[in-house]
Amino acid sequence: MSEAQQGTGSIGRRLTLYLAIVAALLSLMSWGMVAGFARQAAEETQDNVLAAAVTAIAETLRSEQGELRLELPYSAFSMLGAISEDRVFYRVTANSALLTGYADLPVATDPNTRAGEVSFATQPYRGEDLRMATLSRRILAGNQPTLVIVTVGQTREGIAAIALDLSRQAGLLSIAFFLVAVLLSFFAARTSLRPLNEIAGAVSRRGPSDLRPLRRPAPDELAPLIAALNRFMDRLGQSIRRSEEFIVEAAHRVRTPLATVRVQADLALRNVSGEAERNRLRQMIRAIDESSRSAGQLLDHATVAFRADDLLRDHISLKILATQTATTMTPTASIKDINIDLKAEDITVAGDAVLLDTALRNILDNAIKYSPEDTTISISVEAKGDYGYITVRDQGKGLGDDPAEVLTQRFKRGRNTENIVGSGLGLTIAADVLAAHGGHLQLSNNKEGKGTCASLVLPLL
Amino acid sequence: MRLACLTLALSLWISPATAFEPEDFLRIEGTSDRVLRILSTADLDVFIPYLEAFHRANPSLDLEYTVASSSDLHREISSGAIYDVAISSAMDLQFQLANDGLTQRYRSPMTQSLPDWATWRDVIFAFTTEPAVVLVSTEYFEGLSIPQSRQDLIEVLRDNPTRFAGSIGTYDVRDSGLGYLFATQEARATDAYWRLSEVMGRLNPTLYCCSSQMIEDVMSGKLALAYNVLGSYVAERLADQSEGRVQILRMTDFSNVILRTALIPSTAQNPNDAGAFIDALLSIALRDGADGWPLPPLNDTSPAASSAGFGPIRIGPALMVYLDPLNRRNFLAEWENAIVQQ
Repeated sequence: MSEAQQGTGSIGRRLTLYLAIVAALLSLMSWGMVAGFARQAAEETQDNVLAAAVTAIAETLRSEQGELRLELPYSAFSMLGAISEDRVFYRVTANSALLTGYADLPVATDPNTRAGEVSFATQPYRGEDLRMATLSRRILAGNQPTLVIVTVGQTREGIAAIALDLSRQAGLLSIAFFLVAVLLSFFAARTSLRPLNEIAGAVSRRGPSDLRPLRRPAPDELAPLIAALNRFMDRLGQSIRRSEEFIVEAAHRVRTPLATVRVQADLALRNVSGEAERNRLRQMIRAIDESSRSAGQLLDHATVAFRADDLLRDHISLKILATQTATTMTPTASIKDINIDLKAEDITVAGDAVLLDTALRNILDNAIKYSPEDTTISISVEAKGDYGYITVRDQGKGLGDDPAEVLTQRFKRGRNTENIVGSGLGLTIAADVLAAHGGHLQLSNNKEGKGTCASLVLPLL
Repeated sequence: MRLACLTLALSLWISPATAFEPEDFLRIEGTSDRVLRILSTADLDVFIPYLEAFHRANPSLDLEYTVASSSDLHREISSGAIYDVAISSAMDLQFQLANDGLTQRYRSPMTQSLPDWATWRDVIFAFTTEPAVVLVSTEYFEGLSIPQSRQDLIEVLRDNPTRFAGSIGTYDVRDSGLGYLFATQEARATDAYWRLSEVMGRLNPTLYCCSSQMIEDVMSGKLALAYNVLGSYVAERLADQSEGRVQILRMTDFSNVILRTALIPSTAQNPNDAGAFIDALLSIALRDGADGWPLPPLNDTSPAASSAGFGPIRIGPALMVYLDPLNRRNFLAEWENAIVQQ
């Protein structure tokens, strides 16, 4: 499927990556926003508490016998202590004179703030940033109108720690969110690519000559691909059919005149008396035989290719098939004084009788061809397990050292076949026929003594 | 046994430039020239076991232990005197030192293991929980029931003025930082405080600067009742030795629990050993149960402490409220009205 394909990376991985990048950006954004909100909320809380404290202090202000009285309320300070562990400073002034508190506390007076309104400021004090709330109030002490300014400041360290803690939690949450999103992206990418993989699987599962159009439900995006694939397969099929038709036509056209030439050559052989001429004619007849045999095998091969596309599934008795084929081959065998010995069980398989006959004929033809004169070829038909075996044993030279797969390739011949005519198509045809039937061809050297053992293996009904 | 208390009838804010005179001093020689200077409100006889234990673990270190009143301690540290550790039971003054930035941070696994209420910003570390108790001499209460709450106490004292006249002792809150802390916290927590003060004031009470003298006077029979004594193991041990003549009472309506705290002043010249010393105190403080140390542990689980069910005073800015000179002036005026009754 992916052999030596120059890939541009996986769509699934790319899709997952893009979705993960989106998730990362969203996580980062949500983290930033939550952290910002947390910080803002913590600071607002502090401002509110500071405002409450400063208001509570200002409300205790009263004038008694012309004297300004102030009592710091306990609650004002305890609520400041409740929100965080931060340092607290305060200052109360009356007409710019210190009433109580920290004299050096900076007071940021906002000119826009009216009396009775709390204003906020952040200023450094004693080495730390101080958030301060200031409230001014006018009060009559005796006959003197007095401007009292109350300031309460609190460091921001605890608030910052709270905000940091919240932001850390938001960060962890964002990371978890991101991981879940990546996982989901991975599944989403896989799920959306599944139809593609299914189609690829369906195409790659097909037999080598299955060029039927692909008919399966597919997402809209894949429909053009399938249509293109089907058009391509259709063109390929037509092209293959055309070349096969051409081969059949060519084989026919060669075979028919060859038969005439053969008859004429035979006649000529009988009438010619000179030994040199007779030899020349014999060589001619041999070449003619070889050509007509090759043409026949080309025809067989084309037939196999045709019929395997749409295989017949007739019930066929292997015994009858083997008997018939052996009978048709007997004349050829007897030329070399070769005896064909048949032992058959009655076994039935489903298949195309013409193709199976072609396969067996090619195997027998090979056996006769490679057998020395005055030997026996034995054919046995038997069932072993789920398979039926037609085994042909000869007493020839055997296979040599070549592996069986090489011998069944088209136009490949063994290395010990010098001086023997042959196209190299016989075993290919037999192997193709058996493969079309769901079986296979077994080739081995004969166990007892020399010779070849070829088995046509077919699944039983 | 101890030096006379310094009488400092002055507020913290308008202190004269008097030279600081330690109440007591101890030096334990070490083998090196490194010195750890400790300023503390705890009496020597209470604290010697802690110093000796630390000296055994760090024999090379010179230990200088200075005893001072809580207000002296606060003033010394505020004015930049050089000490490595300051230990005080006056939580409010300790807190103010921390709030004003006169302390150093210290973090160690030991300080991390403290409960939240026992530490503040890694600068204050509590190592004891000590309740305020009432010490009574049972001889004076013959024929009367021993009071369990402030209401009981008010009734007993009001109904028997002749028996108790002149034999009531309590802190002079004008002198004692701890007494002031007890009084202000109690005034805030229960309105019985002012009524009790009124009743005690009519009985011409004796005013003390320190717990130890009050305990002595109850033991000797000079006092019938000492109100708001710092209940340490010393008081418990003495009461045990009195064969029932002296009892320790914890008021069931409300009872203050203070934290004795240690801190490292920013002037400290040996903060590393100061940290080690604080770790040593905390490891004793976090021990299980009471086992021979003069001061109670931090997680006081003794029946007396747990039955009362009052948590310790919280370390926080609220402690500064009564240190404010205006508030202090108001409170002392009210207190004098009630107790002194000239």
